[in-house]
Amino acid sequence: MKVLVPVKRVLDYNVKPRVKADGTGVDLANVKMSMNPFDEIAVEEAIRLKDKGVTEIVVVSIGEQKSQETLRTALAMGADRAILVVSEEKVEPLGVAKLLAKIVEEEKPDLIILGKQAIDDDNNQTGQMLAGLLGVGQATFASKVELTADSVTVTREVDGGSETEMLSLPAVITTDLRLNEPRYASLPNIMKAKSKPMAQKTPADYGVDVSPRLTTLKVIEPAKRTAGVKVADVDELVAKLKAMGVAK
Amino acid sequence: MKTLVWVEHDGASVKDATLAVVTAASQLGEVHLLVAGRGVDGVAAEAAKIAGVGKVHVADDAAYAHALAENVAPLIVDLMGHHDAVLFPATSNGKNIAPRVAALLDVMQISDILSVESDDTFTRPIYAGNAIATVQTKDAKKVITVRGTAFEKAATTGGSGTIEKVAATGDKGVSTYVGSEIAKSERPELTSAKIIVSGGRALQNSENFHTIIEPLADKLGAGVGASRAAVDAGYVPNDYQVGQTGKIVAPEVYIAIGISGAIQHLAGMKDSKTIIAINKDEDAPIFQVADIGLVGDLFKIVPELTGKL
Ligand SMILES: Cc1cc2nc3c(=O)[nH]c(=O)nc-3n(C[C@H](O)[C@H](O)[C@H](O)COP(=O)(O)OP(=O)(O)OC[C@H]3O[C@@H](n4cnc5c(N)ncnc54)[C@H](O)[C@@H]3O)c2cc1C
Ligand SMILES: Nc1ncnc2c1ncn2[C@@H]1O[C@H](COP(=O)(O)O)[C@@H](O)[C@H]1O
Repeated sequence: MKVLVPVKRVLDYNVKPRVKADGTGVDLANVKMSMNPFDEIAVEEAIRLKDKGVTEIVVVSIGEQKSQETLRTALAMGADRAILVVSEEKVEPLGVAKLLAKIVEEEKPDLIILGKQAIDDDNNQTGQMLAGLLGVGQATFASKVELTADSVTVTREVDGGSETEMLSLPAVITTDLRLNEPRYASLPNIMKAKSKPMAQKTPADYGVDVSPRLTTLKVIEPAKRTAGVKVADVDELVAKLKAMGVAK
Repeated sequence: MKTLVWVEHDGASVKDATLAVVTAASQLGEVHLLVAGRGVDGVAAEAAKIAGVGKVHVADDAAYAHALAENVAPLIVDLMGHHDAVLFPATSNGKNIAPRVAALLDVMQISDILSVESDDTFTRPIYAGNAIATVQTKDAKKVITVRGTAFEKAATTGGSGTIEKVAATGDKGVSTYVGSEIAKSERPELTSAKIIVSGGRALQNSENFHTIIEPLADKLGAGVGASRAAVDAGYVPNDYQVGQTGKIVAPEVYIAIGISGAIQHLAGMKDSKTIIAINKDEDAPIFQVADIGLVGDLFKIVPELTGKL
């Protein structure tokens, strides 16, 4: 069985995003970039499925040349081969989903595992869009994946608890945080990853129009909250709560 | 503009999250609703009473019983023949279905809107709410998810929508609902609670959550939330998680206990009206956003506080 895992290069989750003074976006110059955390979980899950009949893991990224680093990280974790679709311009989820749909046509994976959301634009769309374009089942926000030869049973994190669905293959899964704990790549594996194959493509190779549908007019910082007062003890806190009408 | 709102319900009644979406939709134009499910006459009748609602489309079919996106999306696509925009609450169901609809309509979805600026322009949070983008769409049909805390809830009475049956589009046969485990709780739901008491990693175990956080919540009639660290460590179920990847809440009062205030947590609660933080580390980032802070050991402070209320 073959698994396709799309991975995105984003601002590292430990870095505090800074809005550019000219209001055009978030400053990405000279800041640490990493694999989207949910995509690390997706790569990890694919690797764990290697005991369950998965024989090949293909990772894909759509983005600037530097996304090679992100793909190399996935290869070092244990993926087998990578495809980079180069676009120096940002591609929206709809465009990404269309490119992925073409790659799925070529590669014919049994399972596609994506992150539930990229933590830069927080869109939470690509997996669902891809499943829609392919006309296959989707299990979003996965916290448990059980694979058999012709179906996959997925437990999903939903409001109020969890839900389980069974999908016929091929199918699309998006990962939630508690699906697994991603591994760190070992040094030998990082070295080995350097010689794993990485194909370079462009959106034109797939005949996909990725021109954006949305225009960002401006990006601003949200209203800042300022630190309030510190109270000395519980009595003072109780008095405050009473003054607010929260406690009698 | 004619808008369609996908109604979130539990088979018996309309979920609160729908009401904020109705308000957002009414800022765009005429509001129609879609109630899809199995045996949903009662839900449809309730939905028709929501203030400002014109028409309620009802699709009653087993294929919609569990809101499977594979089955619901084609139904919505059909209805989009005579609607200009479709809006969903940014709940787990809304987020699951909406992008599939967008892809089938070949439009780019606008996720999690905070405001309607005009017919085609909206604001939305990016980078865990550390930036707010104003985006304009070129698509003729609009697919939107709405952040519930950003819009007033429409009144549940006063409306007199007409109910219209729509033909079901069938089961696509690619997915099957197996089951669910939904936690039953006497406490208010997080997304509509007026007061929330949240606990973090500092609670150490689920036992402490029961004996320290819950009595305070009970005293205040509050909902109970948690940081991801507390959820991951198994102190509480996953649906307690507040934050970028959990629930977005904006209660009157949010009490963060033993939570450091990571940006991913702040993303879910920093629009609360009043934030109260209890933490033993006076430099914890949570104090930078807290209106009222108390530095000290939660194991001492919280029981004392509960006792004095
Ligand atoms: C992609 C991604 C998404 C994420 N999404 C979320 C999310 O949605 N929600 C979320 O919450 N997190 C999220 N996180 C995790 C987040 O980064 C933090 O790790 C997490 O919020 C920390 O939880 P905490 O504050 O409970 O734990 P810690 O950071 O460990 O803080 C514990 C706090 O308790 C205090 N403390 C300890 N003992 C006591 C005591 N006896 N009395 C009083 N105070 C005490 C400490 O001083 C400390 O400040 C996400 C992370 C990633 C990478
Ligand atoms: N440019 C991209 N390249 C590869 N994968 C992507 C890209 N954008 C999004 N994805 C995948 O889609 C998931 C959801 O992203 P989004 O819909 O943008 O929140 C991510 O976690 C990735 O798995």
